[in-house]
Amino acid sequence: MPEKIRPAIIELTSVRTKEFLRETEAIFWVFGFPLLLALALGFAFREKPPDRIPVAVLAGPAAQQEAAALGKSPALSPRVLTEAEAHDALRHGKVSLVVDASHSLVYRYDPTSPDGRTARREADDALQSAAGRHNPMPARDEYVHEQGARYIDFLIPGLLGMNLMGTGMWGMGFTIANARMKKLLKRLIATPMRKSQYVMSQFLSRLIFLTIEVIVLVAFGWLVFGVRVNGSIAVLALLCVVGGYAFSGLGLLTASRARTLEGVSGLMNLIMMPMWLCSGVFFSYERFPNAAKPFIRALPLTMLNDALRAVMNDAAPLTKILPHLAVLALWGIATFAIGLKIFRWQ
Amino acid sequence: MPAEAVACRGLKKYYSDVKAVDGLDLFVGNGECFGLLGPNGAGKTTTIEILEGLTVPDSGEVEVLGLTWKENELKLRERIGISLQETQLSEKLTVYETVRLFRSFYPSGPDPDDLIRDMSLDEKRNARVGKLSGGQKQRLAAACALVGDPDILFLDEPTTGLDPQSRLQLWEVVAKFRAKGGTVLLTTHYMEEAERLCDRVAIVDHGHLIALGTPKELIAKLEAPNIIEFTSEPALPPETFQNLPGCHGCNPRGGAWQLRVDSLAETVPQLIAAVEKAGAKLVTLSTHAATLEDLFVSLTGRELRDA
Repeated sequence: MPEKIRPAIIELTSVRTKEFLRETEAIFWVFGFPLLLALALGFAFREKPPDRIPVAVLAGPAAQQEAAALGKSPALSPRVLTEAEAHDALRHGKVSLVVDASHSLVYRYDPTSPDGRTARREADDALQSAAGRHNPMPARDEYVHEQGARYIDFLIPGLLGMNLMGTGMWGMGFTIANARMKKLLKRLIATPMRKSQYVMSQFLSRLIFLTIEVIVLVAFGWLVFGVRVNGSIAVLALLCVVGGYAFSGLGLLTASRARTLEGVSGLMNLIMMPMWLCSGVFFSYERFPNAAKPFIRALPLTMLNDALRAVMNDAAPLTKILPHLAVLALWGIATFAIGLKIFRWQ
Repeated sequence: MPAEAVACRGLKKYYSDVKAVDGLDLFVGNGECFGLLGPNGAGKTTTIEILEGLTVPDSGEVEVLGLTWKENELKLRERIGISLQETQLSEKLTVYETVRLFRSFYPSGPDPDDLIRDMSLDEKRNARVGKLSGGQKQRLAAACALVGDPDILFLDEPTTGLDPQSRLQLWEVVAKFRAKGGTVLLTTHYMEEAERLCDRVAIVDHGHLIALGTPKELIAKLEAPNIIEFTSEPALPPETFQNLPGCHGCNPRGGAWQLRVDSLAETVPQLIAAVEKAGAKLVTLSTHAATLEDLFVSLTGRELRDA
C-alpha cells in the first residue's frame, strides 16, 4: 500500500503553512516588524523623570534670584534673557513662558499650550513660595510607577492587537488575491475540493502562526519591559484565537472579489487605517468625542485591544471579556459568511 | 454508460463585445480523442470551460457522462480531469507536495509517486514548481489532471509554447491514458497535434463549427489533396493561374500564392508555362500534401496561427 492519503483539509493547511514558511519577507513582517516597533516605542517611552519646561526670566536686578527660585521647581528649567531674546524664544517655542518681574509680576505665555499653562502654574507656585506664601493645606506627592500602569503596559497589548489584525487580514487577503490572480483558485474549483475547506484551511494555517506570533510578542514584552500577563493565559489564548478569527474573516471579505494585489492592498489599508487610529493601539480612544465612541467600540480592533488590556493588565476573568468575545465572534461569523457568499473563484 | 462522454447542443456564450460561442453542437464518444481546433479567439477555451462546468453558458445544454453540471457537480468533478490553459500552480511547493495536495481532493486515484514517475518527473520530485521548465510544468499539470483517475481528460492547449520533445512527451501521456479506455477532449491550434492525436476534430472559428470529422475526412474535403506554393517576379494576379487544369482554387499566403491541385504532375508544368507566358520569372516553388492547416486556410481564407 502506498503512502496514505491525508484528508484534504490537512493537506490544504499543511501546504499553506509550508508556502508561508518559504516566504522569507512574510516572516519578517509577521514576527520581526512588531518586535522592532515594540522595541523602538518601548525605549522612546521608557521610564525617566519628566522633562523640565524651559522658561525665560527677563534680565533685571532681581533676575538671578527669581531664576534660582524657579529652578527649585522640578518642572522648570529657567534662564535669564533680554527682552528681545525672550520675545524670540517664546515665539519659536524655545521657552514656554516668560516671567517679567520688572514692575509687577507678569507671566507671558500661549494659553492654548499645555506646557505654557503648566509652566505658568509651576512658576507662580515657586515664586509665591519664595516670597513667603504659606500653604494652608500641606500636601505631598505620590508618584505612580505601578506595573500595569506604565505606557509600555498600555502599548504591548495594543501592538499585539494590531499585529493580530495585520497578519490576520494580510494572511488571508494576500494569499487569496494572489491565488485568484494566478488562476490557482480556478484550478482548485475544477477539482472536487470543498470550497469551505479551502477557506477553513487558510484560517487553520493562520492559527499556527498566530500562536507563535502571540508567544513571541508576549514573551518579548515580559522579558524586555517586564510587561506581565496578570490574567489567565488560557483566557488570553482564547481571546487571541477569537480575535484572529474575526480578522481572518475581515481579510477574506476584503479579498473576496479583488482581481489584483493592488486592489486588495488598497482595500486592506482603507479598512485597517481607521482602526490603527481609533482603536487605541498607541493612545486611548477616550480622547475621541463621546459621539464617536459607540462606533469606535463596534470596531473589532477596539474590542480586541480593550479585552487584551483587561486580561493582561487588570487580570480580568473570562466573564468580564465575554461581551468583547461576542462582538469579535460576530465579526468573524458575519465576514466569513458574506465573504464566502460573494467570493469570486475565477 | 451513456453513448456519449460529452454532449452539448445549441451552446451560446456572448460577452459584451464578442460572441465567444455562437450555437455549437458537439458530441464526443466514449474512449474517443476529440480535438477542438481553431485560431486564438475562436471560442475554444470558452467552449471547453463550459463543458468543464467552469463557465455557465447563456443558453444550450451540456451533458458530461450523461450528467448535467447543475445537479451533479461534485460527482462530475470526481470523474473528470482538467488542465487549464494557464494555471500557475503554487511556485513555493514541490512537485510531490502539489500532486499529493490534488490527490487529497479525490476519493480514489493513483499513488502520487507512481504518477510522478509516469510523467517522467521523478527526478524533479522534490523540486519547487517555480524551478520547473515549461514542459515539466505542463506534465505536472497533466499529473494534477490524472490524479483522480478520471474517465475524461480535458486539456486546454496542453502543448502551446513547448519544445518538440516536451510536446512528444505530453502526447505519450495522452496515448497512455487512451490505452486505458479514457476519453480526451483537447483544444489546440497545432494542426500536427490534432492530426496525430485526435480521432475526430472540430474546427471552430468565431464561435461557430466550420468543419467536423476525422483528420482524413477533413483533408479529403479539400477537393484537392496537394498544395503548390510559389512566388514570382513580378507577382502575378490570380487570373493568370487559377483556371489551370486540375486547380481547385488559390489563396495568398505571406507573399506567396498557394494553389490546391489534384495532381502535382499535371499542374506544376502548366503553372511554370503560365508564369513564363505572363512574362514573369519563378522565384520559389514548393509542394506538399494537404494538411488541416490548408483546410483551415481554404475554409476561412486566413491562417490558423495568426488568424
